[in-house]
Amino acid sequence: MSPSNEDQETVRIHIMGKEYEVPKGLTMMDAIEHSGYRLIRGVGCRGGFCGACATLYRLEGDYKLYADLACQKTVEDGMYLMQLPFTPAGRKTYDIEEIGRDGNPLLENYPEVARCVSCNTCTKACPQDLEVMDFINEAIRGNIENVASMSFDCIQCGICAARCPAEIPHHHVAQMARRVYGKHNLPKSDHVAARVREIEGGEFDESLQEITSLSREVLEERYESREIE
Amino acid sequence: MRVERSNKNQEDPYLPRMRESIEKVEATREERIDQEVEPLDPKTRDKVLNEFHPDYIESAFREVNVGPNAGEMMPKELVDLLEAYPKYDPSEVNLAKVEKEVDVLIIGGGGAGNIAAYWAVQEGLDPSDILIATKLRNGDSNSVMSQGGVQAADREEDSPVQHYLDIMGGGHYANKPDLVETLVRDAPKMIEWHEDLGVIYDKDGDGAMKELHGGGTSRKRLHSAKDYTGLEIVRVVRDEVRNMAIPVKEFAPAVELLTDADGTVTGALLFNMETDKYSVVKAKSVILATGGFGRLHIQDFPTTNHYGATADGLILGYRAGANMLDMDTVQYHPTGAAYPQQIMGLLVTEKVRSSGAYPVNSEGEFFTFNLEPRDVEASMLIRECRDVEHGGRDNGVETPGGITGVWLDTPMIDMKHGEGTFEKNLEYIYRLYTRFGIDPTEDPILVYPTLHYQNGGIEIDNDGHTAVEGLLAAGEVEGGVHGKNRLMGNSIMDYNVFGRRAGIAAARRAKGESEWGEVSLEHVERYVDKLRESDVDMQKRSPMLIPDYRGERTQGRTLDLLDPS
Ligand SMILES: Cc1cc2nc3c(=O)[nH]c(=O)nc-3n(C[C@H](O)[C@H](O)[C@H](O)COP(=O)(O)OP(=O)(O)OC[C@H]3O[C@@H](n4cnc5c(N)ncnc54)[C@H](O)[C@@H]3O)c2cc1C
Ligand code: FES
Repeated sequence: MSPSNEDQETVRIHIMGKEYEVPKGLTMMDAIEHSGYRLIRGVGCRGGFCGACATLYRLEGDYKLYADLACQKTVEDGMYLMQLPFTPAGRKTYDIEEIGRDGNPLLENYPEVARCVSCNTCTKACPQDLEVMDFINEAIRGNIENVASMSFDCIQCGICAARCPAEIPHHHVAQMARRVYGKHNLPKSDHVAARVREIEGGEFDESLQEITSLSREVLEERYESREIE
Repeated sequence: MRVERSNKNQEDPYLPRMRESIEKVEATREERIDQEVEPLDPKTRDKVLNEFHPDYIESAFREVNVGPNAGEMMPKELVDLLEAYPKYDPSEVNLAKVEKEVDVLIIGGGGAGNIAAYWAVQEGLDPSDILIATKLRNGDSNSVMSQGGVQAADREEDSPVQHYLDIMGGGHYANKPDLVETLVRDAPKMIEWHEDLGVIYDKDGDGAMKELHGGGTSRKRLHSAKDYTGLEIVRVVRDEVRNMAIPVKEFAPAVELLTDADGTVTGALLFNMETDKYSVVKAKSVILATGGFGRLHIQDFPTTNHYGATADGLILGYRAGANMLDMDTVQYHPTGAAYPQQIMGLLVTEKVRSSGAYPVNSEGEFFTFNLEPRDVEASMLIRECRDVEHGGRDNGVETPGGITGVWLDTPMIDMKHGEGTFEKNLEYIYRLYTRFGIDPTEDPILVYPTLHYQNGGIEIDNDGHTAVEGLLAAGEVEGGVHGKNRLMGNSIMDYNVFGRRAGIAAARRAKGESEWGEVSLEHVERYVDKLRESDVDMQKRSPMLIPDYRGERTQGRTLDLLDPS
């Protein structure tokens, strides 16, 4: 649904260098579409979850290079948009069973983390407001749990990796850390394992057979009178 | 905040006429805070549903004319695509030129697709004999968007039987009992598998799951990973799919299935959306994992769904002869964001209401109990917004985006439970709104029902087989598990359980076939012939692939942002 044009103020934006006038208050993504583009790249969930819409931008008269998600950022007058639908960044293949048993797998697989120059550009560019540089420092130290928790909200848009002067693929480092932590450090749930064994041992076979063979009326009665925890 | 972000839009995000209405809301807040609203009695409830729930609007449905579901009523927007010309251009398609022959072709790279691929390898296939073909990037899907959680009956107080009962009651007993039984039996095993892969669930120090209630659950069985449950599961499974080096073809949606002379599915026709080139993939088994249909904007509703949720799998499967179940109901979530325009249709979780916020109309009055069942609550919101001429009460607030909403009086939460409660417990919503200059602890937010989930879909058996030989389905595209109404937390489990089972069954079938079959589009031609015979007025082409949101549609331009040519 595009907004009606009456009482609409407009702003000027530049898409790949070409100027368009669009209604004020649209997201970058809507503005690009309003300008007549049918998006294939640079769009995914449209809700701030997938990172497909990573966008760098400059404003007229401002030297800074800003970054945000096109689906979550409102256009401003004089914006120059630079879509980043894909950021090449080397990802290491690894064996989840073996990795992380000893040493610092993050540093071993991504030695470039040690090249961090502490410029903080990654943090300033992160659309999720994560402390990216800080978790890279935790990665250098091998503090996997901290990398996992600090990067948990990462949507892997890759803006950090595109902007990093030390060429670190932060989002891949963080993914490895979360998996190693989840697999080898986070305690497993005993009650889940116990229930799986019970089901496999046939403990619920009879009761399931009974309930699946009930008539609709009896089932309905049972549902209506079920106890709520 | 250390992030550098420009912000020239600092004025009041609410328009003056909205602000006027907010003043009315503020004026009544004190006296409303202790006011109780009674839930509707059963009779009024039925009446409201009948009059206002979108599923009860007969004119919004249309009868399907041909195919296995002929004679059934489905949303018009879907029938328009079922009864449409095929999208592919026959003059550009050369079926004799086969790009790839694989054992298993998986169409769709969401949760179901990635999980099917993983398990097909566990069943003994070489990863290079599998292909995931997907429309956007791998993972760009509804699956990364789910926040709330996933159900599995694994606490001592709970049991698969209890889970079964909840699902059947929630689905109005229309569910296929064997599918439900399979889901509840497999669910704990899938959670254990997630743990083994490294999914970080919310746990106590000793590893016990922190589990919550979801709508319609009789036991606490919702497992979550903060409010990023879907993102975390998909990130992990996809990471493993990458470790396994399973080939993925992105921006290559299937535009048609391919069949042999017996109607067995033998492959698919893929379409490169950037170069307009087609490619033929032969496969011994094909799994449809294309997700739901939110982007059809049924009855003009905004949606919570991702960009590619356009019912393609239903169209492709139906043309090949697969029947659908329960396509007469659609799940609308009562509280989608109605404003600001930027986030229209996105989910405002039920937790906002269960924490004490009430819907309030433009005059600052309560008009409904805040925790009616989803369909009833949605109907009450619709009634409040609709104009008097159409039986409504015309007490909504109009947005510049063209829809009308009611207030969800979010400041009530901190007033009731103390300052800081909102920010602590509703972090995602807080972030979502403050980004656009609205502080939900200071001002109410505007909401309206949003199109959320496709309850029904293509009928499958316990192993994901459809009625068509060679074709399997898993995830939101299939039907039968949820009956007429899906409960929160069961669709993540659905794509896990049936994604796994379809992957295994597809691999088994492939191992039993020594040769690839012939590929043709004859089933499509036959289907179109039948449509022509039935005098259906065919307006469109399908599958839709992506919705058209261009501002100046009349110009009919198709200008891809990053056109490679
Ligand atoms: C905002 C939101 C919140 C939710 N919250 C919850 C929750 O808390 N708990 C819960 O259980 N469920 C929840 N759900 C529902 C659940 O997330 C989905 O039902 C589920 O993820 C569907 O998985 P899927 O793999 O079947 O489909 P999807 O994840 O949508 O994947 C389908 C994939 O197929 C691709 N595709 C589509 N057409 C084609 C084509 N023609 N060719 C090739 N590829 C194609 C799509 O682009 C996509 O990548 C939520 C959904 C949304 C939208
Ligand atoms: S489109 Fe997914 S984050 Fe913007």
